Amino acid sequence: MKYLDEYRDPDLARRLVAEIRAVVTRPWSVMEVCGGQTHTIVRQGIDELIPVRMIHGPGCPVCVTPLEMVDRALEIAARPEVVFTSYGDMLRVPGTTADLLALKARGADVRVVYSPLESVRLAREHPDRQVVFFAVGFETTAPANAMAVLRGAEEGLANFSVLVSHVLVPPAMTAILDSSGNEVQAFLAAGHVCAVMGWTEYEPLAERYRVPIVVTGFEPLDLLEGVLMAVRQLEEGRFEVENQYARAVRRGGNPTALQTIRRVFRVSDRAWRGIGVIPRSGLELTAEFAAFDAAARFGVADVTAREHPACIAGEILRGTRLPTDCVAYGTLCTPRHPLGAPMVSAEGTCAAFHNAGRAAFHNAGALGPGTQRSQGGPR
Amino acid sequence: MTPMPDPQAATCPAPRAETERVLLGHGSGGQLMAELLGDLTPRLGMNVLEDAAVVPVGQDEIVVSTDAFVVTPRFFPGGDIGSLAVHGTINDIAMMGARPVALSLAYIVEEGLSLAELTAVTSSVAAVAGACGVPVVTGDTKVVGHGAADGLYVITSGFGVRLPTARPSATGGRPGDAVLLSGPIGLHGVTILSTREGLGFDTEIASDTRPLHRLVHAMIDAGGPHVHAMRDPTRGGLASALNELATGIGVELDEPAIPVPHQVAAACELLGLDPLHVANEGCLVAFVAPEAAGRVLAAMRATPEGAAACRIGEIVAGHPGRVTMRTVVGSTRVVDMLIGEQLPRIC
Amino acid sequence: MCLGIPGRIVELAEGPPPMGVVDFDGVRRQVCLAYTPEARPGDYVIVHVGFAISRVDEEEAVRTLAVIRAIPGGMDEVSG
Repeated sequence: MKYLDEYRDPDLARRLVAEIRAVVTRPWSVMEVCGGQTHTIVRQGIDELIPVRMIHGPGCPVCVTPLEMVDRALEIAARPEVVFTSYGDMLRVPGTTADLLALKARGADVRVVYSPLESVRLAREHPDRQVVFFAVGFETTAPANAMAVLRGAEEGLANFSVLVSHVLVPPAMTAILDSSGNEVQAFLAAGHVCAVMGWTEYEPLAERYRVPIVVTGFEPLDLLEGVLMAVRQLEEGRFEVENQYARAVRRGGNPTALQTIRRVFRVSDRAWRGIGVIPRSGLELTAEFAAFDAAARFGVADVTAREHPACIAGEILRGTRLPTDCVAYGTLCTPRHPLGAPMVSAEGTCAAFHNAGRAAFHNAGALGPGTQRSQGGPR
Repeated sequence: MTPMPDPQAATCPAPRAETERVLLGHGSGGQLMAELLGDLTPRLGMNVLEDAAVVPVGQDEIVVSTDAFVVTPRFFPGGDIGSLAVHGTINDIAMMGARPVALSLAYIVEEGLSLAELTAVTSSVAAVAGACGVPVVTGDTKVVGHGAADGLYVITSGFGVRLPTARPSATGGRPGDAVLLSGPIGLHGVTILSTREGLGFDTEIASDTRPLHRLVHAMIDAGGPHVHAMRDPTRGGLASALNELATGIGVELDEPAIPVPHQVAAACELLGLDPLHVANEGCLVAFVAPEAAGRVLAAMRATPEGAAACRIGEIVAGHPGRVTMRTVVGSTRVVDMLIGEQLPRIC
Repeated sequence: MCLGIPGRIVELAEGPPPMGVVDFDGVRRQVCLAYTPEARPGDYVIVHVGFAISRVDEEEAVRTLAVIRAIPGGMDEVSG
């Protein structure tokens, strides 16, 4: 595929790996924020090729969706008049007692959609049903979700509503940088988030915390080049925002998308699963579109839930522990029987590790050539 | 260092996976299905799960298989539920190194199904069975009330006779064997997905549903008992089939060698799916002893169904039970079985 | 997050909202083009959940690869 395959070239990957090895003089720690980036890194074994410690960030909106939000979704989906529509990733995320797939097995009308416009179409075609869309995602998905709300309003679809669970990246990065014990020295910023938002929000972060931030794509060459740019900055003592993903990202982002997002959504405080409430890190509907808020319409806005302390999902999402540090990883907690969200979502760090066969006694990171990499082993 | 909590005491209230009921994922050909079968089949006295069973009858070995077809839409580019049923059953027989001889056919019809559709499916069955030279010799029809069967369910049984020198089995792979694939993967699954509401996309590809018994015959003629294992990867894809065959041995694949048609690759990129997990209906994977691999591959390529056959990896003694793959980028990753239903993702 | 795939716009369609047909190496899908109003048939866009979120800058794409190619070829096999 054009603009995809070229960025998987093995020879160019080797060159980038060699260059990274030539440049680093210390074991730097770099965090990639986006789950899609984690997916590529772990599946392609990129973190095992380079003498850089990759810390996997909370870049999976599915994983960070708070427990109570999933419970609200389940309550709504269980109603007989509701057609509950969602992106595929959310269907297996566990709530307190069940997940959407299990609900579907018990007869709830739960449907996967690829695009939120499909939900709008369902609402248009089924005026006798309440069609609810689970609006999850980072900033990348906000323009699409916003358009669904706009269409609902423009077409006067009284039977359409959205359950909003958006999260924003820069506040999460700030929370990580502010946390005691933070070891992240540079960031690979999420390429598609920045395609929408631009990177102006990251400039004050880079300056205040003195961390290089490289806007990075998702293919192996993108990630390797992003790491190379980050470690070059670290070696040279620079801390700027750079753009590796120049073919898709501009500094000002996407103006039309930004305009729509700001009309439909406003920034709010948001709870992140395993982390807690990060101020001004989420989105909610503006007053103009409040009528489309499913939580209000179905009276579930006050549903709360509590996590069990044993699950270390929070520390994994903060990047302070690896899945392989968790006692339950691979034993009690597997993709088949997940204990927490990072094991459920394909982008979740735990699932990515497990599906790549990272064994429980695997040594974290490759801090130099010749590090043993274990495969197989007890699971 | 914090004392490690006792794993047995970890009772996270968050996720309790549905354990009381059957989920759609239990039919997906992946881990969930393996678990379900792992619970049900021992109750029936069945242990090793092959595509078909070898039943000794006196001095002979009859090969028997059974299958159920529930696909919707019932008509899709490249085939229909009828042709799928005939091909699928013939292929199960063929995977045991047998020559299919006859088929039985049962319908469960939902009240309200159009007669024209039922006739069209039956005509398709007849045409395809005729083309394969494998007659339908007996059958049954039941009609159930509205809502009780999704339009039409087709259940088949196949009967065959083992080819004299054939000895393939699910546990037949040996270190050093070549892993041979008869053709491109992912066509059937992507074709079906392309018709599904909500995920709709247009593509020119069609299901790869086709009979493989002639291909198998050619392989057995060339390699006889050196063909150690064969499987046609259906639901769960190539990854699940290889994991099922990896008992006591490891499988190492070479990603650049695996033929994925560009539309399959593109559809998978779009939906966030792994082509190795996508269903197929017209290809097979085989483990063949090294001394016979060359001539078996040549024999495959001489058939229409195997024209694009290629070698995609080898069997090793290391990492038994595990399938690994050397990636395009040059690193190695593990290829796991599909867990439940394949869900498109946004992440 | 952010499964975004590059595809080529093959035709525009009427709104609202503005839509188009995008080709992904032989797979075609209806895509909302509201956020890439400047894009025309023949242009490549990054598509996420059925929406074009950015136009691919073809010059930058080429430049990125050229920069990487300019790195001297590593002689060592990637270990691991």
